[in-house]
Amino acid sequence: MGAEFVQLSLTPLLIGVLAAIACALPGNFLILRRQALIGDAISHVVLPGIVVAFLVTGVTATWPMLLGAAGAAVVAVILIEAIKRLGRIEPGAAMGVAFTSLFAAGVLLLEQSDTSGVHLDVQHALYGNLESLIWFQAEGWHSLADPVALAALPPELVRMAVTAAAIALLTAFFWRPLKLSTFDEGFAGAVGIPTAAVSLGLVIAAAVAAVAAFDAVGSIIVIAMFICPPAAARLMTNRLEVQVLWSVAFAALSAILGYVLAGYGPLWLGADNAVSAAGMIATVSGLILALACLFAPHRARIGAPKGV
Amino acid sequence: MFALFLDALLLQAGYNAALVALGAALLGMAAGAGGTFLFLRKRALVSDAVAHATLPGVGIAFILMVALGGDGRNLPGLLLGSAVSAGLGLLAVQWIAGRTRLAEDVAIGAVLSVFFGFGIVLLTIIQTMTRGYQAGLESFLLGSTAGMLFQDAVVIAVGGALAAAFVVVFRRPMTLVAFDPEFSASSGIDVRRMDLAMMGLVMAVTVIGLKIVGLILIVAMLIIPPVTARFWTERSERVILIAGLVGGLSGYLGAALSASAPNLPTGPIIVLVGFAFFLVSLLLAPGRGVLAAVIRRRQFQLRVHRRQGLLALAHGEAIFDPLTLAVLRREGLIRQDGVATEKGRAHAAKTLRDERRWALARRLYQDEAVAGRYDGLTPIETVLTRDEIAELDRRLGPPAPAI
Repeated sequence: MGAEFVQLSLTPLLIGVLAAIACALPGNFLILRRQALIGDAISHVVLPGIVVAFLVTGVTATWPMLLGAAGAAVVAVILIEAIKRLGRIEPGAAMGVAFTSLFAAGVLLLEQSDTSGVHLDVQHALYGNLESLIWFQAEGWHSLADPVALAALPPELVRMAVTAAAIALLTAFFWRPLKLSTFDEGFAGAVGIPTAAVSLGLVIAAAVAAVAAFDAVGSIIVIAMFICPPAAARLMTNRLEVQVLWSVAFAALSAILGYVLAGYGPLWLGADNAVSAAGMIATVSGLILALACLFAPHRARIGAPKGV
Repeated sequence: MFALFLDALLLQAGYNAALVALGAALLGMAAGAGGTFLFLRKRALVSDAVAHATLPGVGIAFILMVALGGDGRNLPGLLLGSAVSAGLGLLAVQWIAGRTRLAEDVAIGAVLSVFFGFGIVLLTIIQTMTRGYQAGLESFLLGSTAGMLFQDAVVIAVGGALAAAFVVVFRRPMTLVAFDPEFSASSGIDVRRMDLAMMGLVMAVTVIGLKIVGLILIVAMLIIPPVTARFWTERSERVILIAGLVGGLSGYLGAALSASAPNLPTGPIIVLVGFAFFLVSLLLAPGRGVLAAVIRRRQFQLRVHRRQGLLALAHGEAIFDPLTLAVLRREGLIRQDGVATEKGRAHAAKTLRDERRWALARRLYQDEAVAGRYDGLTPIETVLTRDEIAELDRRLGPPAPAI
């Protein structure tokens, strides 16, 4: 736990934890609203977004790509809504049509454009590159107080921290309308909460979290973190406040455990190469969910009709 | 490029391209027809979980085959592995949705991301295992048809044909289950087993499609054709048929297109061709299409304006609405200066009479069958018999003198 840890593992670990929490917070509300798969759709359409941003600007700079990805997420939500309304198609199928087509368009654009010179490919979009976000300038724990070294922190860390803090603040600030409109949309509307705006805001917050996290850790973690920690938390309690806390704890635990297992697990087993941290974090979150499904106190369906 | 496309369409663009095109067409037919049941059962996205759940199976099969001293890239072996893990993923979805309080969409998302994440972990293990040579398992993510072997094509073609035959045999019970599980259970169909068969079909299509379309996009071949077909008909048998046709055509055209120029990856092109079919159907299909709906709305609007215009004429009121004036002018019911013509006065009187008859009829017959039909547009002759109208006229007295 010395200088090497700070240099190589501290920042990826922090980025992983922050990304997991930023996704898990909106995920709590998404799963209660039966919109769990919005996260899936958004993380697929991020690819065309960044490809278009690259084609327009010609560089792989951060801000254009974030904007492109966010734009694509909004386009996807509008497209899903349009297909649902215009074609009178059930939401699941409408989502399936929209995000696969957008993803296909993204892959096609990527193949057609000359991106060989830059680091932009489908694999990167899917499982990111958490391991590479190391802090070169750090020489040990004392670097945390060294302004020169701090200035060289990976920009992803700062971005992810800002995003996670913003989402946490927004969740706290809009707690009441979010909670009310999630559980009883009719009542929320009756007491004057703009439910449509709350719903759209939630999706946008999810998209922002997905885009920021995607940049650092790839889209597969994003989907896993939207769903697995909140779902496991849902089985632990009947109170939303407690559920959100559980989900944050599960998200952080998955990120830390996943990163450590991916980085050091193979070494313990005698292999000499690390495995994908993003994949491992998703796997750990799945194991936590599996344990929750088997043993959590509130796992049972009570009062629900059988076989539905 | 167009000449190349034509060549590919006619299977003249070389042996490999022809194989891919035929395989893609068969796969598309099976996927489109099989996906229909899933779509009608409102479980379209379960296929997404199944598709992503194939990845760890591919990885484990590769590792096992290498460990046993074989070639890790043997396609039937990899497909078998993917089928096993897809089946496990499917069971996990059913179990989570059935046994815990979590909803099916949560189960789908969880299985999809966790299995896929674990698959990625296995892929990185394989990367370090094989060092020197490329395992090429990444090609299962997005499909890859370059350098497809004859035996691979045979596996895909036979699998596609079997899946299509399966659809033909089981279309009736599956349709019944998709529409009304309770009724089909009471008429002696084992719903659980049919659901399982349906999912087995989806799994088969997914596994067969891994090589051509890849596991991320195969779900599009299961969802887009049925959604497209639904626009054209209200009958389930035809939805299956049209979905199979759309799927087959997208597969064939997509494969031909992708063979006609470099850098056109087969899987995404097939999906985009399918999306083009969808878009055309969404806009142009009769009945459920957007254009048809717009036309219907416009016609309704014109009928309302005509009726209200005629009533205004009958009452001697001035008309200001430009659309009403335009409608009446076009039919020659009023002159350019807005004064009613002979024909206009006749129609106005008749409309007024109709309105009065309706008013009386709605007082006399207060049941839904008559009063419920009043919408301000339906002529009363289409609802009441001649005798009933004569009775109404007797009560109303003679028509008012024309203005």
